[in-house]
This record gives sequence, structure tokens and C-alpha cells, in this order.
Amino acid sequence: MRYKLSVNKVSETADVSPDTPLLWVLRDVLNRVGTKYGCGMGLCGACTVHLGGRAVRSCITPVSAVGNQPITTIEGLGAEERHPVQEAWEALDVPQCGYCQAGQIMSAAALLDRTPHPTDDEIDAAMSGNLCRCGTYTRIREAIHHAANAGQTAGAAARGE
Amino acid sequence: MRMNRRSFLQLTALAGGGMALSLYRLPRAAAQGKLPELTPQAFIHIAPDGVTTIMARASESGQGMRNMLPMLIAEELDVDWKDVHVKQADLDVKIYGLQFSGGSMNTPLGWEPMRRVGAAGRQLLVIAAAQAWGVPGSECTTEHGRVLHNASGRSAGYGELASKAALLTAPALESVKLKDPRDYRIIGHSTKGVDTPGIVTGKPLFGVDMKLPGMLYASIEKAPVFAGKVKSANIEEIRKLPGVRHVLVIEGGITPAAFTPWEPGMEPGIAIVADTWWQTQQARRQLKVDWDLGPAATQSSEGFRKRAKQLLAVPPATTVRQYGDENASLKSAAKVVEAIYEYPFIAHMTMEPQGATAHWKDGKMEMWSTSTQPEGGRELVAKTLGIDKDAITTHMVRSGGSFGRRLQNDYLVEAAWIAKHVDAPVKLLWSREDDIGHDGLRPGGTMGLKGGLDAKGKLTVWRQHFVTFGDDKHLASGGGIGEDSYPAGFPPVYGLYTSAQPLMLRTGALRAPGDNAYCWVAQSFLDELAHAAGRDPLEFQLELLSNKRMSWAAGQHDAVGDHEPTGASVLIPERFKGVLELVAEKSNWAHRAKEPGRGMGIAAWFCHLGYFAEVADVSVDKENRVTVHRVWAAGDIGSQVINPRAAESMVQGGVIDGMSELSQEITLADGRIEQSNFHNHPLMRMRQTPKIEAYWNKTSYSPTGLGEPALPPVLPAVTNAIFAATGKRIRTLPLKRSGFSWA
Repeated sequence: MRYKLSVNKVSETADVSPDTPLLWVLRDVLNRVGTKYGCGMGLCGACTVHLGGRAVRSCITPVSAVGNQPITTIEGLGAEERHPVQEAWEALDVPQCGYCQAGQIMSAAALLDRTPHPTDDEIDAAMSGNLCRCGTYTRIREAIHHAANAGQTAGAAARGE
Repeated sequence: MRMNRRSFLQLTALAGGGMALSLYRLPRAAAQGKLPELTPQAFIHIAPDGVTTIMARASESGQGMRNMLPMLIAEELDVDWKDVHVKQADLDVKIYGLQFSGGSMNTPLGWEPMRRVGAAGRQLLVIAAAQAWGVPGSECTTEHGRVLHNASGRSAGYGELASKAALLTAPALESVKLKDPRDYRIIGHSTKGVDTPGIVTGKPLFGVDMKLPGMLYASIEKAPVFAGKVKSANIEEIRKLPGVRHVLVIEGGITPAAFTPWEPGMEPGIAIVADTWWQTQQARRQLKVDWDLGPAATQSSEGFRKRAKQLLAVPPATTVRQYGDENASLKSAAKVVEAIYEYPFIAHMTMEPQGATAHWKDGKMEMWSTSTQPEGGRELVAKTLGIDKDAITTHMVRSGGSFGRRLQNDYLVEAAWIAKHVDAPVKLLWSREDDIGHDGLRPGGTMGLKGGLDAKGKLTVWRQHFVTFGDDKHLASGGGIGEDSYPAGFPPVYGLYTSAQPLMLRTGALRAPGDNAYCWVAQSFLDELAHAAGRDPLEFQLELLSNKRMSWAAGQHDAVGDHEPTGASVLIPERFKGVLELVAEKSNWAHRAKEPGRGMGIAAWFCHLGYFAEVADVSVDKENRVTVHRVWAAGDIGSQVINPRAAESMVQGGVIDGMSELSQEITLADGRIEQSNFHNHPLMRMRQTPKIEAYWNKTSYSPTGLGEPALPPVLPAVTNAIFAATGKRIRTLPLKRSGFSWA
């Protein structure tokens, strides 16, 4: 089957079987390998992308279920200007091995879209589906707060505070 | 076995043997042996604009090797870190020396040579400037990537001098002068992970991201039982499925036996090669294989448990270390405490499953490898495929975690084997289920312990019978124990024994191998003894560490014992006490609250040349659900923490990793591993993450590594805290087998 997909605002076509998970269409057909395979069962969150603005697990999302919803991957998250979450991840040097971090970042970005200033409990609720084998959770939490406060901090700095 | 630096390098090159534990027990003497013949030209490339490329020689799987080793070079080269570009070296041990990441050894084995490489590079640049200016080199100084001649006011950037310097003969590394640590501007200052910008933007950095023109994808269906062979399969049917290009039967090379070597040979199976990886998975679903499961199908966790109980009831097979009269001491003790501790097999579960990319062309093999022991991988590929080692090129690619898994090279051999049968580059990727089902598992174990206390509550005797796996000559990889296993040497009377039962299963090295289990057992039992003596566990252990230590007799080393009795790799009691005292201070141990359902536990360990003590603050609800609120960790890894922010992260990760191990378990039934994914071999999640604080006790010792030593103490710190909170002693892991779970 031929599928027309909008990936990071670029129109793409993929000729694959309908049950092919979006993850493998992105990685092996459309050459966007930033999205990672971890479990194939929606258990670890490494494959998280945005579908129509929502964070979904692309390893259990068949390409046939995408329809005309736009897809955003880690490569497209900060295509024009890096996303505050990416900036925060870099500022706090969150990654160890880094393999899960694309998924972590996509989940965090979706959280901040809905909840610009999340509490620790809200972070726990939004991020507990993303596993990090290296155990960078402490830094991830700090980075989400950092990204949430980035606007304020920048403003404060500009005011000389 | 006495090891010097050279024999270590040979050992790493020979991946075949069962020397995993030896690798992890390298004495510091080896680190300070003769330096390999490294040159600054191999590691340092300076462009005319001053941009300095430094080669990272070790594989990177998240422990920060691409920062740490180049930082050492950059410091002594005297360049600004912002001008440094780090590049991953290909595998070439003749040029780069040690290219191995394991046992937290890159710091101790890189500390001296990498700094000397940098200093030698600096010296060449100084000579080049001095010659150009006609002044003595001794009058020149360097800073920020420039050579200065203060007397004449002249200066030149390294970029201007580099082409001349590159032609000079490098000085002997032993001869170069190193900086006074007080002058460090890079070492001891945090640098951001060199790959962090690429990671946060999704760049193709990992083994699994490799892509080559015309590349095909591969997956292997293996028997559900270790080393099970293919009798027959519907191969012709599979060949016709969409995208499938090749279906290959792997005969395999394993003979199941009581002792399974470190690299037992290729596992049998059916390799499917297709246009996309998903097509290989779809084809696997259609695959119908009749397996000859072989002798390993008789194994089960229940059987292991029964046999362990039997072995505990009879005299041990082997004495690892013994001094004093145990029976007399136990008899005369005012109190004897007895316990059996049991811990399970567990799997590595790296986030990136195992895999590799290989291309066989014109009699040459090119491999993209995530191995942390890549030279061993090259040897093993050459041996298994019957090709010349020199016909193999290895590119070292970042991996999504190793934790010891990638010290073994089975997946690399498989990729190369498939590539040799296929006229295209091939990327092999294991599914998560493949990864857990064919791991080099951390072996489980059972320990029978007896301790005696005198009337004053002082430890008089310690007896430990370790039931592990193996045959009568070898213990399973990762299942051996050294005669220095703490608290050996400190109790006035002591015995450490092993017995082994057969294991037809691949085992290996899991982060802090051995120590991740032995620390839990020893520090739990010490806590039991302290409570039995009515004493504070910290004070009890400090007293034990103050005992006059029993020295080792000559020739007392066991098969894996490469420690020298007088070497720096032997536990130094003052350092062990130092981290205990620091963690006690930071956690306010002496004034800890004691209330039902809430408690603190303390534990410490020495391994991989590093010392850590940790305290956990834990609450347990009425349903025995455990919440870890806070963990304090105090470490002593010598005089320098090279990259502080990365070091803190490594400690936090070690603590969380250790907590995960408390709830993980691999079980076997009819030879089959019963776990398959993260739902039944879980990791800690964000909501379960405690506040973790890392503190350093800096000492005058040479810096050592951090990948491993922060992990072991958290296991007993948490279970000792559960005891403090509930009065229930956890002697069986995972937690659920003792009636507890994470909240």
C-alpha cells in the first residue's frame, strides 16, 4: 500500500504493508532514524513521536492508522529553532547513553504544550511511560523545569535581575 | 595469575576465554606498568585555524568516555576545550593502545598515558615555535592553544605551528613533564557530552542508526532454549514472503556443558535477511521451526533452587579462603546468626538491543560495532568465520548502553557471518525479546552464611558458602568470587567456600559484576549481625574495619585472583571508613528518625578501585509497597573527579540501576527464559526515582573509574532500610519473593 505522510512538514510517500508500525516506516523507509526502537510493545517510550500534536508510541501505531495527521519526530521538533526542551536537555547535559532521549524529549515537549508549568506529580504522570536504562530521571526532571522556566528566566535576565 | 599490562592487552585481544572476571579485577599495578608506545600524532590533529581534533580511543556507551579521555589530552596539550573537536577512533590497538571499556578501567588505565600524550603534543608545538624563533624551548610557555615567548613578546597559535610540529619526533612519553593539578583548567571542570547536541536533535549516532547504500536488514530466530538446533523449517515458504532476500540456517557452534564459556560459540538459528527490518519480523511470525532443543531444555529455576539447597547442606567443593578455627569460634560464640541469601539471574536490557552492521566485499570485512571489547570482537569474527584478522576493519559506533553486555561479541559475529553469506551490507538487529532471551545473564546465586558474636557484640567469625554455577574446574562467567571479597580479612576467623552446579546458559558481566550481588549479601548480613548484637550498623562496621587485617598467604590466589596482596587494588580500610563517615554525616545518620513504616539503611562497598557508601531513606506502606525517598551517596575515586557533572550523573544512574536490580528476575522453565520484555523484567520509572545526592571524599590516590562502584551499595542500603522500617529482613531477591514491591 502507498501511504502519503506528512513528516516534519515534508510530504512523503511510503509503500509498505498496512500493519507496518510508523516507527519502522520512519526509520527504514523514510530514513529518519532519530526515533528509536526499544520494546515494540509501547512499554518503554523510546519511539515517541507527535501525531497530530499528541505524543504516541510509534512502535505500536500502524501506518494505516496515521491518516492525514501530521507527524513530528525528534528531527523536526526544533527544525527552525531548537525547542526549549532540547535547549534544556543540552544545558543540563541530560543524556548518558542517549538512546531513550529522543522519546523523552518528545514526551516532555508534549507535556509542556498542555501544561506549561508542570508540577513534579504532573511530570511523573507524563513521563513515567518513558524508560531510561541509564537512570537519568533526575536530570530529566530538572530539564523539564528548566525548559518550563526558560521564558521567565530569560525575561528576568533581560531585566537585569 | 599474575598480570602485567602487556598480558592484560593480550587478554583483551583474546576474547575467547572465560576471563571476564579477571578483566574486572585488574590491579592498579597494571595501570602503572610500562606505557604502550603511543604518539601525540596519533591522537592530536590541529588544523591551521587552531581547531584541535582529539581522537577518542575507547567505545562510548554512555559512560562519558568520549569526554573523559580527550579531556586528559586537552588539559596537558594546553588548549581550550571549546576549540576541541572529539572524533571517535576506529579500532587500531597498535596506534591507540587500550580500546576497551569495561571494569571502570578507562580512568585508571588512561589517566597517565592520555595526559602524557597531551603533554608530548604540547612539547612538540613548543619545539616547533622555539626553532622558528631561534630561542630555547625552555623560555617558551603555552596557554589557550598558543605558544608564547614572553622575553620577545612573540606568540603563535597551535594552528600555525601544527604542520611543523607533526614532522618532529615525539618525545618519549615517560620523559614529558605533567602539569601541577592546581593548574588544571579542564580536568575537574564539567564538560558537556560531546554527542549531546546530536542526541537531542536526533542525529544518527548509534549502532542501530547505521545506513549504507544497498544495505539489507537481518534478524535471527533462535531456539527458545539455549543452543537448541534447527531440525527443519518451512524455509522455502519464508523465502517467498514480501521483501525477504535470504533465509540462512545457522548450524551454530555450541556444545552445551556444565560450564558455558565467556564466548561459547555461535548460537544456532535461522537468519532472515530482508529489505526492511519489519519484513524480517513479519517473516519470523510465519516461520515454523522444528527444534532439537538439546540438553538445556531440562533446566529450570526450580531445579537450580533445589540443587542449591542440597549443595548448601553438604561440605563445599572448594575453599576460596580460610583462616582460623571456624567451628571452635562458632561453638564458643555468645550468639550465632545464620541466614541463606538468594539472588536471581538478571538480564542487561540495554535500551538499544544488540546488533551490528557488516559488509563483506572482495575478501574484506568491514564492521560497524558497538562492542566495548572491539579487538576481542575482531579476533572472534576472524576465528569463527575463518578469515584473516587483518582483513577486518572495525568502526566503533556509539551504543545505547552496555552495562557489560557489549563486552561479549556474539551479535557482532552473527552480523559478520550473515554478511559473508550475502552480497550486500547487512544490519543485524535483535528484537527486545531476542535480547532478553539470549543475554549474557548475571548469574544467580545462593549464599549460606554464619556469623558469631562475642558477649560484647563483636564479630568473631564469618563463614560464607557460595553456591554458584559451573563445573569442577571453572565457575560460570560472572559467577566467580575472589578471596578478597569483603569482609574477607577483617573478621578474626573466616571461611569462604564455593560449590557449583551445572549451567547451560550464557552468562556474563553485568555492571559491577559479582559485586552487584556479593555486596548485597555481605552488607545485608553485616546489618543482621549488627542488629543481633544490639549495635548501630555503622559503628559495627567501622569497628570491623579497624581490626588488624589477616594478610594473604603466598599462593593463596584462586583462578580469578589477580590481585597482589600488597597492591593498590586491595581494599584500604581508611578509604572505606572515609566514605562511610561522609555518608553518615550527610544523611544525619546518627540522628535518623525511627518510626514504624519508615527507616534508613546504610551500606558500603569497594570495587573497581572505587569506594562508595550509601544511605537510603525508605517508607513501606501496609501492603508492603516500598518508596525510596532519598539516597545519599559518598564516593572516593581518588584525587580528581575528572568531569564532575558527568560523574554526578553516573552516580545517580548507578543508584537507579541498582534499585532496578532489586525487582528484576530471569526465571527458567523447561529451559526457556520466561521473561520477554520490560513488563516482566522492569526498570525503575520516573515516579519511583528518589532524590539522589552525590558527595566526594577526595583522597591522595590516583583517580579511578566510576561506571560501576556507585551501584552495589544501594541494594543493601534499601533492603536494610526496609528492615529498619518493618523489622522484616529481605534475604531473597527480587523484592516480590520476599513479599515486597515498589510503590
